[in-house]
Amino acid sequence: MKHIKTLNKADLKGSASKGGCGECQASCQSACKTSCTVANQKCEK
Amino acid sequence: MIHKYKLNGYNIVLDVNSGAVHVVDDIAYDILEFVNENMDKSLDNSAVDLLGNKYEKNEILNTYAELYELYANGQLYSKDECKKFANMLTNSPIKSMCLNISHDCNLRCEYCFAAKGDFGTGRELMPLKIAKNAIDFLVENSGPRHNLEVDFFGGEPLMNFEVVKATVKYARSLEKKYNKNFRFTITTNGLLLSDDKIDFINQEMSNVVLSLDGRKEINDKLRVTSKGCGTFDIIVPKYQKLVNERRDKDYYVRGTFTRNNLDFANDVIKIADLGFDQISIEPVVLNENLEYAIKKEDLPRIYKEYEKLALEMIKRKKEDKCFNFFHFMIDLEQGPCAIKRLRGCSCGNEYIAVTPSGDIYPCHQFVGQEKWNMGNVTTKSFNNNIKEYFAKTNIYTKEKCKDCWVKFFCSGGCNANSWQYEGDVAKSHNISCELEKKRVECALMIKAATV
Repeated sequence: MKHIKTLNKADLKGSASKGGCGECQASCQSACKTSCTVANQKCEK
Repeated sequence: MIHKYKLNGYNIVLDVNSGAVHVVDDIAYDILEFVNENMDKSLDNSAVDLLGNKYEKNEILNTYAELYELYANGQLYSKDECKKFANMLTNSPIKSMCLNISHDCNLRCEYCFAAKGDFGTGRELMPLKIAKNAIDFLVENSGPRHNLEVDFFGGEPLMNFEVVKATVKYARSLEKKYNKNFRFTITTNGLLLSDDKIDFINQEMSNVVLSLDGRKEINDKLRVTSKGCGTFDIIVPKYQKLVNERRDKDYYVRGTFTRNNLDFANDVIKIADLGFDQISIEPVVLNENLEYAIKKEDLPRIYKEYEKLALEMIKRKKEDKCFNFFHFMIDLEQGPCAIKRLRGCSCGNEYIAVTPSGDIYPCHQFVGQEKWNMGNVTTKSFNNNIKEYFAKTNIYTKEKCKDCWVKFFCSGGCNANSWQYEGDVAKSHNISCELEKKRVECALMIKAATV
């Protein structure tokens, strides 16, 4: 594409149907635990 | 839904429901002003006419064709396919425990959420018997989960380090029998770190959070001992030794910024210059009436500071001197699945906190709030109604989250903050939301600048 550069091949829908195993790290959202986002978490699969 | 914005010369478009991130040129960005979730194969003539004041017609049509291709491929204005999964969320096994091994602290940080260490319930250390009961409770309630997390927290956990060590030993003794893998973490202010403790932490803890607010004058203003002394000169050499000997295991040097240091990018840079490359500096969360609290009018200043930090990180990455800033870390390819993103921390459901007396709360932030006492690890009493409540809480049950563009990154934010400052878990702590949006914008821009 000339006008658009896509940075990723994200597929949230696909990750939903294949996900939910629950083995990933808990991601506390409070500031005192340094984890206010889940997007930096690793998938265990 | 899309979110588009300009930052540092980049035009960035996030397709919220697929998670796709696009960097577009000016003409594509301007065309998006005339586009919504019902895209046609051809751009509306009136839009072509209006855009014609600025761009050639052929260029407009060619650019629109590229945008339409994204739309057809489910990467632009894609439909929300995750909501249906939210209705299926169930009460899950418990896999993560915050073990408040010490409700006592050797610091008296002014902004402490835990009432300067004792959580408002009196200074107390957890006996080993309670810690073992907590580990047993976790194993018994973890169902098929293999990976179990235990975070030694306080107060200051090093004040009860013999119990920390014995608890680790006890948990390890259960791993084979119950097919579990314990991952331990510890959060410390560093004052009591010794060579022996560093060795143990580096051997047993999969992650360690080291508290430091940045520049000496900033750190020592609020992070003081009970006698009012600063801590920077004592803890920094200890942290450097710990990290140097840690090899590839995770750690974070973690600080708090308050209204006193809205120029907190300088604190992040100071920590990087001390030789640390895993850094987090967090906004303090307090009642807005308090002196150090971040106020709504501070937001524009903080946004500029995040931008300054992002530019510094891009510069250092190009010089091969990069460091990680926790809130700018986003994995656009292999991040957590959408199911995980629906309810984030899952406090009270997959994650609980245990006090020195064995009482169970949804997380450490709820400790001491009797309304949220879920039971006790010794008596094995447990309030499943609270667990069920949190199991069902997700980004679609929160008033402001369901239509927010950042929901798949923050997963609805901190439930405890929502309850403490907004009076309802289903509401959102607005300042935290606005800061999270800015951080994600910066994080995506860094990706754009460094691919």
